[in-house]
Amino acid sequence: MSRKIIGTLALLSALIPTAALAQSFPEVTVIRDATILTVSHGTIQHGSILIRDGKIAAVGKDVAIPAGATVIDAAGEFVMPGIVDCHSHIAVDGSVNEGGVAVSSMVNIHDVLNPDDIVIYDDLAGGVTVANVLHGSANPIGGQTVVIKLRWGKPASELPFEGALPGIKFALGENPKESNFRPQPPTPIRYPASRMGVEETIRQAFTEAREYKKTWDDYDRRKAAGEANLIAPRRDLKLDPLVEVMEGKRYVHAHCYRQDEILMLIRVANEFGFKVRTFQHVLEGYKIADEIAASGAGGSTFSDWWAYKMEAFDAIPYNAALMAERGVVVSINSDDAEEARHLNQEAAKAIKYGGVSPEEALKMVTLNPAIQLGIDNRVGSIDVGKDADLAIYNHDPLSVYGVAQKVLIDGQVYFDRSHDLTQRAALEREKQALVDKEKKAAEDEKKAEEKSAKEPDQAATKKSAKKKNPDQRKPEPINTEPPQAGALSEGGTR
Amino acid sequence: MSRTSSMRRRSVIPASLISIAGLLLVIVTPFFTPANLAAQDSSAVPVSASSNVYAITGAKIYTLAGPVIENGTLVIRDGKIAAVGAGLAAPPDAQVIDAKGLEVYPGLFDPITGMGLGEIDQVLSTQDTAETGDYNPDIVAATAVNPSSVHIAVTRAAGITHVLSVEGVGAIDSRSGGGLLAGQASAINLAGWTMKEMAIDKSVAMALYWPSLSTAEYDEVSSSLKHKPYTEVKEAYDKQVNDLSDWLDRARHYAQAVEQGSPAVYQRDLKLEALIPVVQGKQPVLVFADTARDIRNSVEFCAKQNLKMILAGGAEAWKEKILLKQKNIPVILDPTMRLPDEEDFPYDKPMTQPAELVAAGIPIAFASFNTDFSRRLSQQAGNAVAYGLSRDEALKAITLNAARMFGLADRLGTIEPGKMANVIVTDGDVLELRTQLRYLFIQGKLTSLDNRHLQFYEMYRKRPKPSAQ
Repeated sequence: MSRKIIGTLALLSALIPTAALAQSFPEVTVIRDATILTVSHGTIQHGSILIRDGKIAAVGKDVAIPAGATVIDAAGEFVMPGIVDCHSHIAVDGSVNEGGVAVSSMVNIHDVLNPDDIVIYDDLAGGVTVANVLHGSANPIGGQTVVIKLRWGKPASELPFEGALPGIKFALGENPKESNFRPQPPTPIRYPASRMGVEETIRQAFTEAREYKKTWDDYDRRKAAGEANLIAPRRDLKLDPLVEVMEGKRYVHAHCYRQDEILMLIRVANEFGFKVRTFQHVLEGYKIADEIAASGAGGSTFSDWWAYKMEAFDAIPYNAALMAERGVVVSINSDDAEEARHLNQEAAKAIKYGGVSPEEALKMVTLNPAIQLGIDNRVGSIDVGKDADLAIYNHDPLSVYGVAQKVLIDGQVYFDRSHDLTQRAALEREKQALVDKEKKAAEDEKKAEEKSAKEPDQAATKKSAKKKNPDQRKPEPINTEPPQAGALSEGGTR
Repeated sequence: MSRTSSMRRRSVIPASLISIAGLLLVIVTPFFTPANLAAQDSSAVPVSASSNVYAITGAKIYTLAGPVIENGTLVIRDGKIAAVGAGLAAPPDAQVIDAKGLEVYPGLFDPITGMGLGEIDQVLSTQDTAETGDYNPDIVAATAVNPSSVHIAVTRAAGITHVLSVEGVGAIDSRSGGGLLAGQASAINLAGWTMKEMAIDKSVAMALYWPSLSTAEYDEVSSSLKHKPYTEVKEAYDKQVNDLSDWLDRARHYAQAVEQGSPAVYQRDLKLEALIPVVQGKQPVLVFADTARDIRNSVEFCAKQNLKMILAGGAEAWKEKILLKQKNIPVILDPTMRLPDEEDFPYDKPMTQPAELVAAGIPIAFASFNTDFSRRLSQQAGNAVAYGLSRDEALKAITLNAARMFGLADRLGTIEPGKMANVIVTDGDVLELRTQLRYLFIQGKLTSLDNRHLQFYEMYRKRPKPSAQ
């Protein structure tokens, strides 16, 4: 079973309708008679949301519908802010890991965004509007990362979230030390192979970056002072992003599991004067929640994943609640295109495990990840002035029975369940027509082939020209002349 | 990210876990041996109360054998359900549980897990999930189920009272592969000091991983699909199917010899002996197959061989509804929480398929196909309800239906007098995410809901604030 086969059919079926949908959407929209889960200021029953130029212009019980506005009647259904997934690997072309080196800060996920990745649509249909697309965890310091909006149908250049600070992936523990997939001889073991080495790899890289930054700062200072005949320092693509980290221009998202390694990175960050923006997975975060809170880092975790590896054996589903209780800004993420389809449900588990309030639970997949990504001035709650990134559910999204009906990004409908359903029959017909055409072509070819096999000698050369390629020919009758080279090359395509 | 097309897709969620790392977990090598890791869970054994008679009163009881009973009483005596009904008086010797406002359901049944066979996916030394070689009909899952596995109490806390442990489910030691005829699946209760106390039936089905005819295989190194020529795949497939036929033929001959001859005329063969109930159609074969082609081929094979088939996985069962209905084959479905199996399938196919199959008259059950995620069983069912399955059918698909498939419905699956008292009491809809489990009975014993996760929660919740440094 694989969905990796990207065929024309798949693209046809998934791309066209929704892309057209988004482009044709008007500038002023009102969602009326909705149960609005604002996340920031409670629930509004029978409320309306006015959307103008992609932004939320008004929210409340008494919102006037401007003339000419498109009206979406929610008929009491639930509207929540679009889900922000703080740990995703969707829309990446190929591998998410550059694992050959222990520090791969020179590579950037931004460069390999694939807007045709069908899971963008799958996740969108699960209410997700923003994703923090991360490099993998093969290295203590991994590649650069990018925050995207799930603007399905738009080119790669229109996916990145405008103005969101870029990030970089760090990774601690079993993955960067390659415990579970250690290269086999003759491939040498890569340094680091222990948590001790992971720390030293990071310290070493930042020691270099600090020197590098100093060299550049000196150069800039002397240049500004008007010094002549200066030679610029050599640009180092590996160290540039680390300098940005120290300057607060790039967020660190650190994959981690055990409490000791989390405390280690907090120490190293203090040493080099930077902040860890989020601890990702952070499955033992509950053991040191006070220390994480004091460091100012956020915690982005799973709802209930555990036991898939040694360092995940102390994972408990109460992690989110326990960290939140001690003042950590907590998000629940997916790390997986499938899991992202029901992050609203995963958030509900924080109510079951640890008793957080429903609004706090919803925050864990909306406002909190937005805060963690520094985009909470733009998304994460239903407030005037924010982007109209919204998801409409037929039931409470914290219920297992809630199904996303419409998902808007920048005020435009990018997913509409009823539209998806009505398109299916037509797409099925179109697909069948293409399959039939393909089958018929194959049959015609076969017939021609059979006919040629039966033809008298003189026709053999002519007919064999129709054959696809020499390898697929049936054995020729003994008394038939082999086809001539010219005829074959001419007939090599259909 | 990590859609694999391994020959046998035994577990849906572990595949996705690969992307946690975004890494390629090709070889699992042991670098540490966490001795007694599992054995530290003191909560794995049930708390035996002094009384063996219970009356649960004032509850809304979903018996699944008739209409819902409002304000009902359930009497449990000596491990069994003694009585159930509205307005029944609690027997004088019963310990009474006031369940006003609570709901009672049959204990949940996850029919495809690796429970007790594996503790930590990537720690090889904790895996007993599969054997080497293609034909191991004689091995029995219950033999290797660790009664002290931490997973048991964790899973129990999600209302799951009994499971099937099946060879080849969960993380697999890459050296073994697990084979075609992988072994006998065991039905076990999730409480007991020893396997003797836990086992419901050590041999309820024969696991068969149907050889796939897929030419595309996901290559984890390049994160892309590799294609093999059809002829090559077909040749390997034909050989496997022929071998399988040979095994079954030999088992039939062996059965004849056992029936008619004396031990003097045949040599005892444990593998063939294990296949006798299978070829006689007495024991079902749990056939793992996902694509329409593999489903067709395996159904045709089982029909020809007169095997009693249960389909496991069935990602594309919706394409073969007519055939499955016609041959009366029940399906244990891949989790609803999975991506569409092909890019051009509707985005909600995994969630709508259960309703589609039920509408076609095909019995279904949900399963985790996993161990770590067994506790998501009711969420799987709830998702199917969100996409059109009736709640009543969803409840049966996590209780009664699988019990029927494995011949356990005389003992389990509903709340009826005489059945084993595997029962749960919740504070609301058992399919809902926020619902809390209040009481759980296994074999009529009020069983602890404590588990390692809860213990850590309580322990770290009490951690004093560290002093400022």
